[in-house]
Amino acid sequence: MSQLEELKAAIRGHLDSLDCVIGWEQGYDPLHATPLFIRNESDLERLSISPLAVHNPATYATGFAGKKIGMVVRGCHSRSIIELLNEKLIERENVVLFGLCCDGVVSQRKIRTALPADPGFVEAVEIGDDALHITLAGEKTTIKLQDVLADKCRICAYPDPLLADVLIGNKHDSRPEETLACQEAFEAKPNAEKFTFWQDTMSRCIRCYACRNVCPMCVCQDYCIAASRDPLWMSQENSPAENFMFQMIHVSHLTGRCTECGECERACPVDIPLMLLRRYMNKQVQEVFGHQAGTSLDKTPPLLTFQVEEARIKERDW
Amino acid sequence: MPAQDERELRIVGFLCNWCSYGGADTAGVARFTQPTDLRIIRVPCSGRIDPLFVVRALLNGADGVLVSGCHPRDCHYAEGNFYARRRLEMLKRFLPITGIDERRFEYTWVSASEGQRWQHVVTEFTRRIHELGPAQSFNPATQEEWFNLALNEASKGEACACHGS
Repeated sequence: MSQLEELKAAIRGHLDSLDCVIGWEQGYDPLHATPLFIRNESDLERLSISPLAVHNPATYATGFAGKKIGMVVRGCHSRSIIELLNEKLIERENVVLFGLCCDGVVSQRKIRTALPADPGFVEAVEIGDDALHITLAGEKTTIKLQDVLADKCRICAYPDPLLADVLIGNKHDSRPEETLACQEAFEAKPNAEKFTFWQDTMSRCIRCYACRNVCPMCVCQDYCIAASRDPLWMSQENSPAENFMFQMIHVSHLTGRCTECGECERACPVDIPLMLLRRYMNKQVQEVFGHQAGTSLDKTPPLLTFQVEEARIKERDW
Repeated sequence: MPAQDERELRIVGFLCNWCSYGGADTAGVARFTQPTDLRIIRVPCSGRIDPLFVVRALLNGADGVLVSGCHPRDCHYAEGNFYARRRLEMLKRFLPITGIDERRFEYTWVSASEGQRWQHVVTEFTRRIHELGPAQSFNPATQEEWFNLALNEASKGEACACHGS
């Protein structure tokens, strides 16, 4: 039985007791997936779990408060769920997790660059074991999956769900923590260069808030301080400084909570490399508090607690 | 009377009502000489200070931001500064990735009786900011620069070079 069939069977068994199961289906063309909300048998038939299915279902979890839902989760998605549970934003008895041992998902940005022409509308996609065969304007192109794997998947330390009621697929061997070369190169740059980089990049931001809306940890949504008029944290002015202020709000509110699912960067319509900020901040949290969000249950986020003597915060002498 | 000869810079200070504001007052009452670049904002507790206050100040053109509260274990509200310490430390560590010089921000602890220490902190911090000079504005200063920024971004086309590898 294929993994998909195995998963479908598992979901079928739970469907009656759940209001909804969140998975993925094909989107507007065969190259794109879109979240699928399974409520009955016929919805279930459309389920897809290919590497094209990238969305983090945990983003929807808080929206279903009080309802019993199921979610198909990959490793990184399960971390988001754990973090939500730790912060008591969802309840364990209200979620059923169908875990997928994940071999990584694609980055549409990389596919776009790998294709000979602007994809526009793709006619067919065949997914092989280690390659994608994309038919575009009558021509077939083969792209190695490894070449278009999302950055987060290339350094993923948690490919298997850390929390799941049903586990589909084979578990991976444990992987070492890795870093991306581009991340290290950026961090090593002098301040002036980083400053100019963000100035340029933030002038591109259209403040669509896609990064916030797609973030599983951004649970305030309509009450986000970025949209509040009183206090007025941000003006409507579209300037690099205001745009950056918004990103700083996002970073600040994610400190010690970000599970590095990479959704913010994926959703960004103007390709702002937001994960540079996320990975950097998570590294700092790891260094100071030894905390990695969403990796174990019953851990309080570090900024919601304190120690009288902080082991790794040094008092500065004057 | 500024301690330095150069023009005054804009330094914002967030001080807690119970210790550091009192400490600054003590320094004033004792007539200690201090640089006058610092604008003090009095807050109930260092725990009241959202790190975003500091970010907002820096993006709005402050040349430096100083935060000061009660010494750990001496908080008027028992534990406000313990939370503040964690938040402010993370802010301090966050600034380097943004390209904003982290030396423009500092947090410290000054009690109400430490007038001398307050004088020292203000003098040292002001000297540091003067060494760094006025902060660069995050927004382009002129219409022309705005235009160039937009052109430059548009010329990059789809996707930016910083992804991958």
